[in-house]
Amino acid sequence: MKENDKSAGRRLERIDRGIHARSEDIFALNSWREMLYLLGPRVIPVVALVILGLVAPLYWQRVLVSTAMFALLAISWDMLASTGMVSLGQALFFGVGAYVSGILNHYYGLPPWLTIPLAAVIGSVICTIMLLPVLRLRGIYFAMVTLVLPLMLERIIEATKIFGGTEGISGLGQLPSVDVEFIVAMVAVWAALFGFRRLMNSDYGLVLKGIKDNDRSVMSGSINIYLYKAQALLIAGSIASLAGAFMTHAYMFVGIPVFALDYSIIPIAAAAVGGVGTLAGSLLGAFILVPLNELLRGLGGLRSVIYAVLLVVFTVGLPEGIFHFLQRKYCQFERWVEVS
Amino acid sequence: MSDDVILEAKGLARSFGGIKAVDGVSFELKANQVLGIIGPNGSGKTTLVNLLTGFVKPDQGQILYKGQDVTGLPPYKVAALGMARSFQMVKPFYELPAFKNLIIPLFSSRVRRLAGGKYGDRDAVAKDLLEEVGFERDSQVITQRAGSLPHGYLKRMELAKCMALRPDLYVLDELFSGLSLAEVASLVPVIDKLMAQGATIIMVEHRLRELFRIANQVIVLNFGRKIAHGAPQEVMNDPEVKSAYLGSETED
Ligand SMILES: Nc1ncnc2c1ncn2[C@@H]1O[C@H](COP(=O)(O)OP(=O)(O)OP(=O)(O)O)[C@@H](O)[C@H]1O
Ligand SMILES: [Mg+2]
Repeated sequence: MKENDKSAGRRLERIDRGIHARSEDIFALNSWREMLYLLGPRVIPVVALVILGLVAPLYWQRVLVSTAMFALLAISWDMLASTGMVSLGQALFFGVGAYVSGILNHYYGLPPWLTIPLAAVIGSVICTIMLLPVLRLRGIYFAMVTLVLPLMLERIIEATKIFGGTEGISGLGQLPSVDVEFIVAMVAVWAALFGFRRLMNSDYGLVLKGIKDNDRSVMSGSINIYLYKAQALLIAGSIASLAGAFMTHAYMFVGIPVFALDYSIIPIAAAAVGGVGTLAGSLLGAFILVPLNELLRGLGGLRSVIYAVLLVVFTVGLPEGIFHFLQRKYCQFERWVEVS
Repeated sequence: MSDDVILEAKGLARSFGGIKAVDGVSFELKANQVLGIIGPNGSGKTTLVNLLTGFVKPDQGQILYKGQDVTGLPPYKVAALGMARSFQMVKPFYELPAFKNLIIPLFSSRVRRLAGGKYGDRDAVAKDLLEEVGFERDSQVITQRAGSLPHGYLKRMELAKCMALRPDLYVLDELFSGLSLAEVASLVPVIDKLMAQGATIIMVEHRLRELFRIANQVIVLNFGRKIAHGAPQEVMNDPEVKSAYLGSETED
């Protein structure tokens, strides 16, 4: 709550707003003002985004849909990172989910409203099984494996020419309209955010976060950390696979580009810009970076340069992440006090 | 093996590189006893704790816990069988309030099983446990960030984490180091209580005077080998032990 500052003679003091302390427990609410304080940051973004999406032109509606999918990937990445599994390969979950739904639709004739939830579950199970042998690896070693796996699957499909090979599978079923697509995407992303945040704040989530901080201490507490890591992969992987499945039907196509590096890197950038460890920051980061990327599209070759510079500016300017910054401003007030 | 032997180590050995950290250590421990393990710095005490609790796999030897071979079992399985260990180097979950640090063992399937499937209020149980090891009831220290607690509290939290598992055998690695005399004195009744409840305790200690008041028997390690084993006074009069400790501290 308080922070020291090196500048001579003064110290920046941060104090929780009274309303913040009181409104932490929903049962302690005793006025509309407190209710608003609590619900405002949760409800306003949801409503604003839905209105924005429904009035936006078709092109930007589509951008918002794919933004929501990157947000799911980023939330998924963030949850894995909170469990001590730094993934450089969210494209694995995304791509496998995308292919599973494409296959179920093309070869088995299942409609999108069935293939998408099925692919979320099956895709995440497949990826978790692929990662089981490396659950013991930590840090950079785990990260390397996740980086390599999607590239490997891409090569396998290319070489064996299964599932359409490099051509992919096209002519897949789609959702009834872009409006429906948009609404479904919004429901998915907000449900994932609030659901996962609740999960990570529960005792179960505490065990997951404990694995990241000190896995030996968690093991000494008689907790099978590999079981919990596998569960975290299943849970976090499901929304990433869902994102892949959703995009398959939005594009009516699935092919090897679903294993592209973009789906691994942008979620990490989103989490870094938005603020790691809160899930909400990852969502916020995605909603900044992905539309920004579209805005810069007109600039041609300069685009990636400007994009990279902006990324650096964000991360150097606000290393804690935008979400942490906003949260701090909202929950605490600051004042300079003289130090004797 | 007789009925009341809870732990039996047979010829445990483990090397790191060329160093024999533990070199052929055997012992038997009867239930409801306190076994002290002492030895100069680097003599292999922590490695022995790691071997017993599954954190390090032995190169040779066997560990029988309650007659069951637990050699090579992963730490969480050893803990689930009722052998809890504390760490010499405390590394709490710094960002969490102190009592939340105990949620992890309380969440384990062992504790759920012992509670008869009733989960109960883990926060309340955690606070009670901290109080048992001397955190002041309803005080700030219970809800304060673990990272801002003084060392003495963190050490006592380590013991509370073990107690959360309701183990039959405690393996405590230098629980007393860094504690004030008053803090050690305050923990003695806690240990007495655990003993009265039927627990068995292995205590690795540098604080010999405090240890000898509690321990029934003592093992002395030097360069990974067991050089003496017996009642505290008997062991300290052993010439080999005296020479091993010559020049290194017998008290700190
Ligand atoms: N993981 C490891 N890798 C390499 N060497 C190790 C490892 N663990 C212990 N050692 C070595 O084994 C020897 C015994 O170390 P150990 O920590 O068991 O001693 P200790 O009796 O607990 O010492 P202290 O009183 O300082 O706690 C030391 O030489 C140490 O350097
Ligand atoms: Mg040691």
